[in-house]
Amino acid sequence: MEKRSFDTLIIGAGGGGLRAALQLAQAEARVAVVSKVFPTRSHTVAAQGGVNAALANVLPDNWHWHMFDTVKGSDYLGDQDAIEYMCRAAPRAVYELEHFGVPFSRLDTGKIYQRAFGGQSRDFGGDQAVRTCAAADRTGHAILHSLYQQNIRARTHFFDEYFAIELLQNQAGYFLGAVAMNIASGEPLLIEAKTTILATGGVGQLFRTNTNALVNTGDGMAMALRAGIPLQDMEFFQFHPTGVAGKGMLITEGARGEGGYLLNGDGERFMERYAPNAKDLASRDVVSRAIATEVREGRGVGANRDHVLLKLDHLGADIVSKRLPGIRDMVRTFLHIDPADTPIPVYPTAHYTMGGIPTDRHGQVVVPVQQGAEEPVPGLYAVGECACVSVHGANRLGGNSLLDILVFGRAAANHVIEHLKQQRYHQPIPADALEPALQRLARWNRQGKGESIAGLRAQLTKTMEDHCGVFRNEEVLQEGQNAVLALRERLREATIDDHSQVFNTARIEAMELENLMDVALATVSSALARRESRGAHSRIDYPERDDQQWLRHSLFNLDPMKMDYKPVRMQPLTVDSFPPKKRTY
Amino acid sequence: MKFSIYRFDPDKDSKAYMQDYELDDARLNPGMMLLDALLLLKTQDESLSFRRSCQEGVCGSDAMNINGRNGLACITRLSELKQPVAIRPLPGMPVIRDLVVDLEQFYRQYRNATPYLINEDPVPEVERLQSPQQREQLDGLYECILCACCSTACPSFWWNPDKFLGPAALLQSWRFLADSRDQATEQRLSNLEGPFRLFRCHTIMNCVEVCPKGLNPTHAIGRIKELMVKRSL
Repeated sequence: MEKRSFDTLIIGAGGGGLRAALQLAQAEARVAVVSKVFPTRSHTVAAQGGVNAALANVLPDNWHWHMFDTVKGSDYLGDQDAIEYMCRAAPRAVYELEHFGVPFSRLDTGKIYQRAFGGQSRDFGGDQAVRTCAAADRTGHAILHSLYQQNIRARTHFFDEYFAIELLQNQAGYFLGAVAMNIASGEPLLIEAKTTILATGGVGQLFRTNTNALVNTGDGMAMALRAGIPLQDMEFFQFHPTGVAGKGMLITEGARGEGGYLLNGDGERFMERYAPNAKDLASRDVVSRAIATEVREGRGVGANRDHVLLKLDHLGADIVSKRLPGIRDMVRTFLHIDPADTPIPVYPTAHYTMGGIPTDRHGQVVVPVQQGAEEPVPGLYAVGECACVSVHGANRLGGNSLLDILVFGRAAANHVIEHLKQQRYHQPIPADALEPALQRLARWNRQGKGESIAGLRAQLTKTMEDHCGVFRNEEVLQEGQNAVLALRERLREATIDDHSQVFNTARIEAMELENLMDVALATVSSALARRESRGAHSRIDYPERDDQQWLRHSLFNLDPMKMDYKPVRMQPLTVDSFPPKKRTY
Repeated sequence: MKFSIYRFDPDKDSKAYMQDYELDDARLNPGMMLLDALLLLKTQDESLSFRRSCQEGVCGSDAMNINGRNGLACITRLSELKQPVAIRPLPGMPVIRDLVVDLEQFYRQYRNATPYLINEDPVPEVERLQSPQQREQLDGLYECILCACCSTACPSFWWNPDKFLGPAALLQSWRFLADSRDQATEQRLSNLEGPFRLFRCHTIMNCVEVCPKGLNPTHAIGRIKELMVKRSL
């Protein structure tokens, strides 16, 4: 097998991976970025509304208020040290982007444009804040392209269209790189590295209707699970309130930030009942539950009363074109209506993975060792949606995901740079370390007739949608777990017909489905175990938040399959802790 | 619905051929995009290979030649296509397999356009200021998704893909020349001198015709040429 050698291997070329790569390349570390798609095709490109930072360009603001909103938004499950770190770092992270060339929209003062977003307040729960820095409604595109451009300038080494197969580790548990496959040639490649950063994004493809790109299959999370790392808080999956009904395309929260609002089948602005103060700009979990409740109680819109409407026409064509041009284009393309004239049919849609690979605020992957304290896993880091720092806890605020990838991409890289000073040489790769990767590659060469990948994938995503949606209960989740376990067994016997070595997408999809199965199991099992309602996890049978029992992080282990728990880090770095309070908007 | 799709797998085919496919009309619904149809066809024949990701026209993966015109499958309405729908890889690029082309030449020309902001002033503690009017100069430029529809529709790029930067890369050149924060005008213009890199554009305007984001590379190229002329006076 061909072998390449780098200081650091980054798997994934979205915003988190590229921000880390840039920091490392500028520090003259030898860094390789492996991505299964060309970097600018990563899903960060689809982020719309913006990135939160208390710049106070429009209204007074400070990082401490941002921190309060993030802790409250997380339903108190977020780790307060990491949240303080992120909110303090936010303004600098955004200014850096501006210096990198990101074409932010501008205010008349010439400063970066900021808009209102959900769950954000001034003065610890007071009036609406204006904190979300935006490049029209294409902020993710603007950021991802600028980060890629800066990496071109820094001469980062890219392996475009390489699919990561398995991580490598030695007996002592030290991570040593990964085996990846060149998709174009089908050839495996061993990438040796002193440190590996996972930046593979989320797993929206678990659900049949979702806002995510087809590539969001949780590859890094699944590789971590199979390498013996647990996944944290996987029961918390965000359903975005405004996906296009029945189709799933995302309509940014910025649409409500610019003054849009929701209407039910009676023409009522129903959010006033659920969140008297914040109304349509309450936290996403609150708005999604409200929409689902309106529809369940028969107040939906349409022939089947199965969605609600997002009204923008009162804003005027000028604001819609200027502030939401991408949304206007997309709605015209897919729905043949102009949102400047006609309300958009929307419904809560699977969007964001709050859980992921457990890390500390330096991006180091951490696991509990023998019931003891958390310890860093040597050589392994994770950043962005695939990681769980945890800054989002049980519910992420809009505008905090772009912030997360920037702040922790940079933080992880800085920690790696320090680590590399001590780690001058590569550790030897034992021969048996390659075995799991080789087996995984060989498995899809198997001939014969089995179930199809497409069929199994459709059943998995339907199962997750039916059994692990906005509202959950014990019985439905138990059925869901059983179904996922059964599908996972059936996948072992599935086969593909295409055995070409060249750009074999059938084989990639088969391996992606293996990853989805492992992460689905983590998600449904964690949801089944948590007997309370918190943030995005709503149990009809346990409708209240239970801080006595459940103010703790879940950890799902794959082999053997079991749940474990660890405390929430309630102590911030310098300020007082925000104790759990009843959460209203 | 009937399709005729370009097939070539170098692992087993000695030459490329067009393969007929049919989708049961019962599986179609109004408003479906071409990508939805291709994904359905792939469940019938998993060997059919193409790139795809976001499904909403922002990642730029699924550019292909559809009934003779370059476009993104995910935002091309099935109902507007004449049957059988002829689908070929982007023209002028080496084919890796089926609808997947090797875009290295295209990416290399993008990199040759110095596609990043250059500003040598000391880094301020806050943002650099830019008025809304200055920022507006970047609209219609920064939205490019690097799908390659434009450059692979351009005869000048077909003949000289190694010498002519092509519309996508030149749009990026102008994106930075037009940015009030960028200070490398001189360097950027020098980089475009000679008969090929910029001046091979003969304003055929295929790029404008096919751009799925409605951008206008020909206009951008015209603006660069104006700057070149001013500079030479």
